[in-house]
Amino acid sequence: MSFVRDTYLVETPPPGMNVGVLGWLRGNLFSSASNTLLTLFGMYVLWTVVPPLIEWALLDAVWQGSGREACLVEGAGACWAFVAAKFGQFIYGTYTFEERWRVDLAFLAGALTVGLLMIERMPGRRYIAVFGLLIYPVIAYILLTGGMFGLPEVETTLWGGLLLTFVVASVGIVVSFPLGIVLALGRRSQMPVMRVLSVIYIEAWRGVPLITVLFMASVMLPLFLPAGTNFDKLLRVLIGVALFSSAYMAEVVRGGLQAIPRGQYEAASALGLGFWQANLLIIMPQALRLVIPGIVNTFIGLFKDTTLVMIVGLFDFLGSIQVNFSDANWATPQTAATGYAFAALVYWIICYSMSRYSMRLEARLNEGTRRA
Amino acid sequence: MNEDSMAIEITGLNKWYGAFHALKEIDLTVRRGDRIVICGPSGSGKSTLIRCINRLEEHQQGRIVVNGIELNNDLKRIDEVRAEVGMVFQSFNLFPHLTILENCTLAPIWVRKLPKAQAHEMAMSYLARVQIADQADKFPGQLSGGQQQRVAIARALCMNPEIMLFDEPTSSLDPEMIKEVLDVMITLAGEGMTMLCVTHEMGFARTVADRVIFMDEGQIVEENAPEEFFNNPQHPRTQEFLSQILSH
Repeated sequence: MSFVRDTYLVETPPPGMNVGVLGWLRGNLFSSASNTLLTLFGMYVLWTVVPPLIEWALLDAVWQGSGREACLVEGAGACWAFVAAKFGQFIYGTYTFEERWRVDLAFLAGALTVGLLMIERMPGRRYIAVFGLLIYPVIAYILLTGGMFGLPEVETTLWGGLLLTFVVASVGIVVSFPLGIVLALGRRSQMPVMRVLSVIYIEAWRGVPLITVLFMASVMLPLFLPAGTNFDKLLRVLIGVALFSSAYMAEVVRGGLQAIPRGQYEAASALGLGFWQANLLIIMPQALRLVIPGIVNTFIGLFKDTTLVMIVGLFDFLGSIQVNFSDANWATPQTAATGYAFAALVYWIICYSMSRYSMRLEARLNEGTRRA
Repeated sequence: MNEDSMAIEITGLNKWYGAFHALKEIDLTVRRGDRIVICGPSGSGKSTLIRCINRLEEHQQGRIVVNGIELNNDLKRIDEVRAEVGMVFQSFNLFPHLTILENCTLAPIWVRKLPKAQAHEMAMSYLARVQIADQADKFPGQLSGGQQQRVAIARALCMNPEIMLFDEPTSSLDPEMIKEVLDVMITLAGEGMTMLCVTHEMGFARTVADRVIFMDEGQIVEENAPEEFFNNPQHPRTQEFLSQILSH
C-alpha cells in the first residue's frame, strides 16, 4: 500500500455549533436534568432576593427629608435622606467646614493624576507618574494639614470619612509596594544577613493581626517614646498599616520572583548587567506582571482593612457613617441598614474598579508576550 | 608567548557541586581567533566548563584568566569580563517582555552606556546580519525557535564581545531550524571571532573548528584537530562516543 497526496487540503470552518438564543439556553442552562434543576433553583433564589431588594432600596425608599419624620412613614424603605443629610460628614469627617475645599482640591488632583495615568497613550505618562508619586503627596500633605502658605492648620484628629480612608489606603499602598519589593529581594538574597532580616520582618508582621498592630501603634508606642513627645496618632497608624502590608506585598512579589526561570538571570548576568540592573530591567518587570492579581488582591484587602482604624478612635468612612446612627434626629428603624448599604456600595465600587483595572492592565501587558 | 594573543587561559581548574567533582584538573588555552568545539556525553562537564568562563558557575580551584583578567571574587571585574564575553544558551533566554530590538539594545545602553540612537543602529545592523531585522518590533514569543536563537546571537554580538560562548545552541531546535543557526555561527567563525562551542553538530565541528575537545566525567579526555579527531580518535572512550553519534 502506498499513498502520495496530490493536492494539499484547504482550511475549512469548524462544524456549526448551536446558535441563537435558544441554542445558547439549551447548551448552557438546560443541558441536562441536573443543570435544569440548578437553573430553576438559581432563578428561584434570584426571584426571592432581587425584587424585595429593589423595592427596599429604590421603590419604597425615602429620598428627601430634613429629619427622622420623613423616614418614619409606614412601609418606608431605605432612608436615603439620612445619607444625603450626612453626606458631608461621610466624606470629610469633622474636617473644618470652611476648609473642605482643600480636601476637594486634593481629591480632584488625585483623581486627575490617576485618571491620566490610566490612559495608555497619554504623552508624558512617565512625568505624570513621577508627579503622582513624588510631588502630589507633598501637595496633598500641604493642602490637607495646612499650617503653611497661609492655610490654617487642620489637625489630623479632625480628619475622617472617605478622606481618612483614602489617606490610609493610599499611603499604605504607595509605601508597601516598594518596601515589599525590597523585602522580597532580601528574602531571596544570597547574603545570609539580608535573608534572615527579611524573613524575620516578614514573618513577624504577618504573624500579628492588624488590630494588634494598630493598638500597638496608638496605645503602646507612646509608652516607649520619651515623655512629652507628641507623635501624631494618624501618622503612627499610617506607619503601622504600611509596614504591615509591606510584609504581605513581599510574599506576593516573592511568588512572582520564583516563577522567573534561572535562564533569565543567567542571560542578564552574561550580558554584564549588575544585580540592580538585572532586577529592575529584566526580573521585576516580568515578576510583577505575573503577580498583578495578587498585588491588586493585597491592595483591595488593604483598602478594606482601613476600616479597622476605628478601634483606635479614628473615624474612617465606615466609622463616620456608624457614628451618625446615634444622631437622635435621624433615629429610624431604617437608618443603620441604609448607612451600611451605602458603605457597602461605595466600598464595592472602589474595590471592583481596582479589580477591573488590574484585569485590563494584565490583558494589555500580555498582548505582546503571548505567542501569536 | 605574547600575552595579548591569549583569549582564555585555564590552569588546574577544579569544580565541585557539593561533594560531586564536576570538573577535574582542566587545562585549556584559547588564543584569539581560536574556534573550539567541546563535545562529550551528557553530564561530562562541558557546559559547566564554558559557564565557568563567564562565571555563571563559580570554580573552587585553579586559575581562569579571560582577556587578561583573572576571575576571582572581585565582582566589578567579573562584570567587565562578562561584557567582553558573549553567551548563547540552549534555551535562548531572550527577555520575553522586551521586543527583539529592545533585547539587543538593553545591555549596550545600560552596560556600555551607549546613546540610544547608536545602540539602536548597531542592533539593527546585527539583526540584519542574522537576517531577522524585519522582526525587530515583535516579541520573542512570536518567533520560531531558530529565529529566537539567531536573535540571541545578535543580542550577544551587540556588546561587541571578544569571545563568544555557545552552550548547545542547536539542541532545542527543530531539525529544519538547525541549519539557519549554524549558518550564522559559520559566518561568525569566518570573521575571526574567538568561539567556544558546546555542540553535537559534528558537521559543524569538522568545517569550523580548529580544535575539538572531548570531555568525559569532568575531564578532558582528548583534544585534537578535527581531521585527526574524527578520523583517528585515540582514546577508547572517544572512539566509543564517536561510533555512537556517527553511526546513525
